[in-house]
Formats: sequence, structure tokens, C-alpha cells
Amino acid sequence: MPLNLRVKSSNFIDETTKVSFKFNGKTYHGFKGDTLASALLANNVHLVGRSFKYHRPRGIMTSGSEEPNAIVQVGNDKTITEPNVRATEIEIYEGLEATSQNCWPSVNFDIGGINNFLSPLLPAGFYYKTFMWPASFWEKYEYVIRHSAGLGKSPTKPDTDIYDHKYVHCDVLVIGAGISGIIAAKTAAQNGFKTLLLDEKNELGGTTIYQNSDNFKIDNKISSGWLSDQINELKKLDNLEIKTRTSVASFHGYNYLLARENLTDHLSKDEKKNKIRQRLLKIRAKKVIVATGSLERPLVFDNNDRPGIMLSSAIKKYADYYGVICGKKNIFFTNNDSAYESAISLFKKGINVQAIIDIREKSNSSIVKEAENLGIKIYWSHSVVDTHGYKKLKQISIMQLSKDGQSFGGLNKTILECDCLGMAGGWTPAVHLFTQSGGKLKFREEDQVFIPNKYPSKQISIGSCNGDFELDNIIKNSSNDVKKFLNIDKTDFDNLSVITSKEASKKNIWLLPSDKAIGKTKPFVDYQNDATAKDIKLALREGFRSIEHVKRYTTTGMGTDQGKLGNMHALGIIADTTGVKMGEVGTTTFRPPYTPLTFGTIVGRNVGEYFDAFRRTPMNDWHINNKAEFENVGQWKRAWYYPQNNETMHEAVQRESLATRESAGILDASTLGKIDIQGSDASEFLNRIYTNAWSKLGIGKCRYGLMLNEDGMVYDDGVTTRLSENHYIMTTTTGGAANVMAKLEDYLQTEWPELDVYLTSVTDHFATATIGGPNSKKILNKLIPDLDLSNENFPHMSFKEAQIGKIKCRIMRISFTGELSYEINIQANFGKSLWEKCIEAGKEFNITPYGTETMHLLRAEKGFIIVGQDTDGTMTPIDLQMDWIVSKKKYDFIGKRSLYRSDTMKEDRKQLVGLITDNPKEVLEEGAQIVSELNQSPVQMLGHVTSSYYSPNLNKSIALAVVRGGKNMIGKKLFVPMKNKSINITVVDPVFLDKENKRLNA
Amino acid sequence: MFIINCPYCGDRDQSEFKAGGEAHIERPKQPTELSDDEWAEYLFMRKNIKGDQFERWNHTHGCRKWFNMVRDTSNDEIKLIYKMGEKPPTK
Ligand SMILES: [Zn+2]
Repeated sequence: MPLNLRVKSSNFIDETTKVSFKFNGKTYHGFKGDTLASALLANNVHLVGRSFKYHRPRGIMTSGSEEPNAIVQVGNDKTITEPNVRATEIEIYEGLEATSQNCWPSVNFDIGGINNFLSPLLPAGFYYKTFMWPASFWEKYEYVIRHSAGLGKSPTKPDTDIYDHKYVHCDVLVIGAGISGIIAAKTAAQNGFKTLLLDEKNELGGTTIYQNSDNFKIDNKISSGWLSDQINELKKLDNLEIKTRTSVASFHGYNYLLARENLTDHLSKDEKKNKIRQRLLKIRAKKVIVATGSLERPLVFDNNDRPGIMLSSAIKKYADYYGVICGKKNIFFTNNDSAYESAISLFKKGINVQAIIDIREKSNSSIVKEAENLGIKIYWSHSVVDTHGYKKLKQISIMQLSKDGQSFGGLNKTILECDCLGMAGGWTPAVHLFTQSGGKLKFREEDQVFIPNKYPSKQISIGSCNGDFELDNIIKNSSNDVKKFLNIDKTDFDNLSVITSKEASKKNIWLLPSDKAIGKTKPFVDYQNDATAKDIKLALREGFRSIEHVKRYTTTGMGTDQGKLGNMHALGIIADTTGVKMGEVGTTTFRPPYTPLTFGTIVGRNVGEYFDAFRRTPMNDWHINNKAEFENVGQWKRAWYYPQNNETMHEAVQRESLATRESAGILDASTLGKIDIQGSDASEFLNRIYTNAWSKLGIGKCRYGLMLNEDGMVYDDGVTTRLSENHYIMTTTTGGAANVMAKLEDYLQTEWPELDVYLTSVTDHFATATIGGPNSKKILNKLIPDLDLSNENFPHMSFKEAQIGKIKCRIMRISFTGELSYEINIQANFGKSLWEKCIEAGKEFNITPYGTETMHLLRAEKGFIIVGQDTDGTMTPIDLQMDWIVSKKKYDFIGKRSLYRSDTMKEDRKQLVGLITDNPKEVLEEGAQIVSELNQSPVQMLGHVTSSYYSPNLNKSIALAVVRGGKNMIGKKLFVPMKNKSINITVVDPVFLDKENKRLNA
Repeated sequence: MFIINCPYCGDRDQSEFKAGGEAHIERPKQPTELSDDEWAEYLFMRKNIKGDQFERWNHTHGCRKWFNMVRDTSNDEIKLIYKMGEKPPTK
């Protein structure tokens, strides 16, 4: 493959190192230092993709991160393929494979291209209009659109690359290493500030580093040479850290910034191996200096999107930096002087420059004179009105403009041969990061730019992102602003002699006139989303006024590039059309990230088992060895059930449930929240936070408590035991433990600081084994023979301290299953040994380990609620038919007043009831709706099923439910309508088993 | 992300803290004496102003202490931090 489109004058490309890569399956060669874009251009490949809506052929437009068209899919591996990468940012490496996106079957023959001819049917708001009516069509549209829209393909397998996060702190952060960034970083570091300099490119120096024209001189040196000396000095400074290939994604309040450091994307496959691919830097900077430069504007005219139409500054960079010739017949189209810099630079390299089309009447600046002296043909007061060539630009048509620039000075149309057109529409300061940080912009009328106005934190913007576009101003103002910002007296850059060309005239026309009706033109404003000036005008005609609305309706600026190139034109066209001043239209909000981030970078190391921390009980290994299935409860891994011999979950749970009620079962209850409460006001404190009374609870006794929110709704529940006069141990639900602790601390610190109470979370300090069932007393007796387990000495709802061997433990005789049951708490590191001892002692009684599912079933048989399953934050204790636990005597407790609000006292609130099915084998679905009439329209929902099981002990299906006015519905027949049938049910009392509590008092 | 000056620990990252709603809403001493409307006023009504807002914050992943903050909701500037029980500044 010949590499004939190069000039031999680039310092930045290593022409001795050939790099081969594949694009759309074809092998090409570039050089080390090339981007995919520069290498493709050097191979005369302009057509790289298809546009989003019309599937028009599109080429490379820019040389940087603002690229709207040349976005490609990198890699074809299922694990490490990445969509939506800008070809202008990909540094080529040996073995790189990239493909075009958004085209099928190929970029050269694209079926969706037919949309281009259907485009009158795809106006602004097409999606909204189409999907409004009829609703039943949506499924069909969706299918078509999902297959034709969308950019790129996401990987289908887990990403094997390594990503990282890092916190970074600095005194001064400088964003952007162009000439102003270099000035700022050098000054900051020289003055003792710990400085961090970031740039998204792989080289420092911005656009100045390849500015070889003697129209631009600093300290009597050509500007690129001067800057290169500065960079060499800069690199020697101690206080400075430089990170290239690092793009700042977002700038938040309090000078908190996120940046993506790209570490291996430019390396070959072998070199990448086992290295961190990208790192997310979380930066806290005392001061921030934004030097992000500016973006060149395209010009908006009919068919301004053909491959070969580029930004003038990009053509210059490809020639000066990469030594790449973009076109054999180059024409520039401009409204300012910068196109002349590009034209002269090309001309001096011997690259053909056909002409410059300038919408201005004249300019007398030195650089324009130089172009004239070189003999470059200039068409003053002319505009491009159309372009020709489908997959590659071939010709342009130009016409002379009228004086006001809104129409033409005649009917003469000139056609010029041209395969590369450089657009120079002026410059837009890159204020994205500034506005993300909360900064407010002001509009500068004379050159139609938004520039920073009010800084929300300790930050400044310098250089062209602050609206300085000429070299002398950039150096002088950057240096002065940095001095003031950092409180220093002088810099290396005071009183430098600077030679620059001063711009003599400006003219700005946001939408250039056409000799055709607007409806017949395609002047693109947003290339990536295919939004044209026509669409914007249509939106305005349809009544949209706010820029935010126009943006959404036309999708202008809503692509992955966020409209970096075209947003200003959209604003300008709105202003011109509606007659509102540009500064008053406002701007849309720039949102992070500035350029897209990979999910890998965002997630960093928090993948797989590190995504969320797990908590495991001391008995965990035993559960694993005994084939337990686990369920997640909050962060806990809890044993769910213990299947034997290929049992299903249902079979295992039925077996575990039966065994527990017939003889004995054992549950790992270590995850229950445990809070140690001490202090002389501990009883008073419990009185205030629970609905029932605590002062008279005897030492060594346990009591169940319900905790409400101040709104009267059940918040948590659990058993609390009085260990001594001023010492309690509270248990909470597994999932609620942390919130209960926080709530109790809140009340103690803020409402009742006078109470003498100390709270300590001891959940992890104890392991808990609960043995229950008719034989549990015998098992405990084997474990602790000297403990008197008689009902007189150790009745239900009481507590004993005991010893197993030499190890102290706390035993509560409490029950969540309705069985005689003991909860043994032991220092956590003896948990597994306790468990094994219980199993050993229980062997002769067929002690059966059961998990959370059996626990849920057993408690449902007994009608015990689970907070969070049978309650949902809208249930009062009265709704739960638990009036018995609400003290009438206590003057106050959290939530008491709310129980007497008119709303909480309503009779027809949802109330907890039991349900049985007419067919005892039919198990209801949890969450199923309950109705009283099947043929109603609309059907009135009375409530829903909250817990449902097949009870092996009762040999029937049972369920708990919340039903409107359910308390007074006992015996009533209701229905549970399902997809294909309706289930007949009867409302019953929620206690299904042992209402007399014979079992737990046994 | 703010940097919050915990009155007990000093400057810390916002991720260590939890916001706890409007400050200086005292729980009524005698809730049973209140009408439904008065109780609802305490229970539900909260200010949501543009400008200086008085808020409660908790250093959840630190000392776990609650404290008060005056924050300008329009730009997130933290104007003042003071301990629980201290009187709000009058202005
Ligand atoms: Zn603290």
C-alpha cells in the first residue's frame, strides 16, 4: 500500500517505524505517532462512517476529541471491543482493528442510506410525532428503530481489562497543555505550588507546538521552537506532575474533578498485557487553571457534510503535525483569518491550495497579505452554496454574497474542482468544564463567543477558552491572570516580545444563504445526530422557543459529542430566526463527561466480588460444607436452605419445616442486628422508642418490641433483653440493623441529649445459633447439663447466662417459629464450634439445619410478621392487628401521636389478614392482587399477598396479605385474579398454628 | 462533591457524610396536645428554599456525630457549620 499522501517535514511522526492496522477488514500502514484518522487520510480514506439518521456518507472532520463523524468500533473481540471511539484520538498500534459504525452491510453500500432519500419524511421531532399515535404501532417502530439506530456494538462478555481509581491532591491543577497551560504550569511549579498538568493528547504544546510560520514569533523565535524550549524546562521542575493522554471528564463543585488517564490504549496487544488500561483520577485541587483552548467552528451551508469537508485547523494539523496531505485540490472557506494560516502552511509545503472563499469583503491583516503575495486565489464576499460528490467531495459551487450577507449579489454560480474543503467559521472557547463547575458565561458581541464570567470556586480560565485568540494577548493575559490568581509578583513571561498577525475584520453568518428554498437544503448543524438548520427552523415554526426544548426536539447537541461543533450555530440560528439577541437565548447545559468514559473506568476495581462487600457469619464454612444455598440479605450471605440428594428448594423447605416441628431444627441467626444499650436512662430510652412499656421489665427477661417512625408506621422489630438494671441488649432485623442504630443515635444526640444512654453495635461480636422444636430442651440439656431448663427457672421470654465448656454464652428462650426455642449467643470466634456442638448433641434427635426460607415458612404458620415483607412503610401496628403491643398508658413514644391522625385511624386502611385457598394445594403468588369482584371495570384492588407458602405442618396453602378493611372480613370470600385463571380465597385470622402457644410454652 | 468541615474531625469528603434534612425542627414536648394540623406541620412540612438553608448532617463514616450546616442551595457554598444544640445564627 503506497504512503504517497505525506510531506516529509513532520517532527512528530516516526517515519522509520511502520505500523500496520486494519480498517473495515482491509490492511493499511501508518507510522508510529499517527492517529487512526491521520493514517487513514494518508491512505486517502476519507469515507469512514454513515450518519445517524440519513445514513449519509461521512468523513473525518477534525483532528481532536470534538470529532462528530469519525467514530469507530475498536477491536472485534467479544470481550474487548469498544464502540464510539473517535478515530481522531486513537493512536495506531500494530494489530489495531477498527470498523465503521452505523452502516449495514458496509460503509460503501449502506441500506439505511435510503433514509437520505426519504428525508422529507424524517423531520425534526420525527420520533415524537411517529410514536404519538397509534400506540399499537409502537412495537413495530421500536423493532425497526432498534435495528437501524444506535451507534456501535457493546461487548457481549465481561471486560478482561484492568481499570483503576486514584485520589489525587494538588495545589494547582492545570487543564490543557497548550501555550497558556504551559505558562500556568511552569509559573505555578516554579513558585512552589504542587502542580498537576493534564492534557488529553499524547504531546504537550497544543496547536502552538506545530506552528512553524514566522508570522508568529516569541522572544525572536518561531513560536513552536520557543514553546518546545519552555516544555523542556518545564519537565525538569520538581513540583510538577505531567499526565498526557488524560482527559478531564467532569468538573464539580469544591474543585473536585474526574479525569480519565489512558495508559495502554496506544500500545500493541502484547505490550498491553497485564497492565492497567485506564485510570480514573479523582482530583481535589486547591486551585484550578482551565486552559482547554477553543474549538474551530464549521460553517453551515447546503451539503456541508460530505467526506472531504473538514475543519481548516484540522487540515493544517494533519499537514504540520502528521505530515499528511488531506486533499490534492484544497479550498478553504472562511469568515476570519485562521484559514489563511492553514492555506499558507499548506502552500509552503508544496501542497496544492486552489483558493480561499471568504465571506468578508476584505481584510488587510498581514497574514492575508502574505496569502495574496503567494498568489493564492481569494474570492472575497463569496459563499459556498452547494457541494457535489457522494462518497467523496468533487466540486463546490460558490456565489457572490449580497452586501448584508443574507442573499446573493447576482445569479452567477461558479463551480470549482475540489476534493478537500477546509471550513473556518471562527472559534468557540471550550467552556464546557467551566460551566460544569457552575460557572456563568457572558456573551461577547463583537466575535460572538460565550466566555467565562463568574467563577464559582477558586479557578480561572486562561488562553483561548477565556476568549483570547491572538498570541500576544494569550501570553500577556495568561501570565497576568496566573500571577494574580497565585499571588506572585513576576513570571518568566512578563515583557516577552511577541510577533503575531492581528485580525483586521470579522463577519459572522450562522446560516449561510442558499439559492434554494430551505426545505430543499441540508445545512447540517449537528453532524452526529443529523440535525439541520431546516430542523431548527421547523421546531421554531412549531412553537418551540427555549433552547433546551429545541435541542431535545431536533436532537441537536444530543450525540456522544454533545454538539461541540454545532451548538453555537443552533443558538445563532434561533436568535436570528426569532429576533432575540444571541446572549439572551442562553446556552444549553454542558454535562459531564466532556468525552465519553468507558464503564470500566467508572467502575474501576469494583467488579465481581468487589462490587459490594459481603458479610459472612462465623458458621459460613459449615453451611458451605453442608451444601447450603445462600441468599443475600442486605450485605449478608445467609443460608437459604440445605438441599439433600438433589432436592428442589420446595422439597428441602418442606423437609426442614416438618423436622423442626416434629423434633428439632437449628438456624444460624448471627446476622440479626444487636445493639448494646447501657446507662441510667436506658429503660426510659426504650420507653420512648418502642410502642410498649419497658420500665417494669424484670432483669433477665426478654420482650418483643415494635419500633415506629414518627409517622406511626412500623420501622423495625425485635426482642430486647434486660441483662441488668441499666443494661439491655436489643436485637433488630438483619437488614434494618444499621438504620436502627443510626436512628437511635439521632434521637439521643439531637432530641434527648440529656439522657444517660450509650449505644454500641455488637452485631459482629456475637454468633447466634437458634435451636427450636419439641426436643430442643433435651439438646440444650446435653450441651449444658448444669443449667436448670425447667419452665419455672427458665420460662419463655427469659434469659440466662451460661457456659459451654469454658466459654460464656447468653441464652434467650424466645421463639420466632412458635416452637420451644433457645437462642444461644456466643463470642463470634466460637460460633462455628458452638454450631458443631449443637449439631453433635442434636444428632440423636435428627436436628435439622434450616435456612431463612424455612424460618419464613414457620413464622408465617404462626402469623408472625417480617418487617419489610409484610409491611412496607405504610403499616401501623393497628393495621397489623398488633394493638396489644401499643401502650395506652405511656404518655409518649416515637410515632404515638401519628396513630391518632384522622388518616391512620381510618377503618378501611389495608390491614394484615391470613388467607387460605379453596383448593388447599394452590399456593398464591406473593405480590398477587386481591379483589372482591371479578367483573368490575375498573377492577378495585383491595390489597395484595405479602407472604405465601405451602405449609407441610397444616397440609395446606397459607398466606398473609394486606387487605383494605381486612380486619372485619374474616370468613369473607375473595379472589386473586391471575393471568389465565382466578383463585378463590377466604380471609382468615393470620395465626394458622397453635393459637394457644402450647408449643412454645412446652 | 463538597468538602465538609466536621466540627469534631475537620475537613472530610462529602462521601463520609449523610444529609439529615432541615435543622432546628424540634420534636414537640407534648405531641398529644397538638391538633392534627399542628402535628402534620411538625411531621411533614419542610422548607426547600433557594439560598441559605439550615440543615442537619451526620458524619456517618466518621465520628457519627450530628451537626448543623448553613448551605446556600443555589451554589452549594457551605456558609457555616455548628454543633448540635448550638443556636442558629440570626440574620
Ligand atoms: Zn466527624
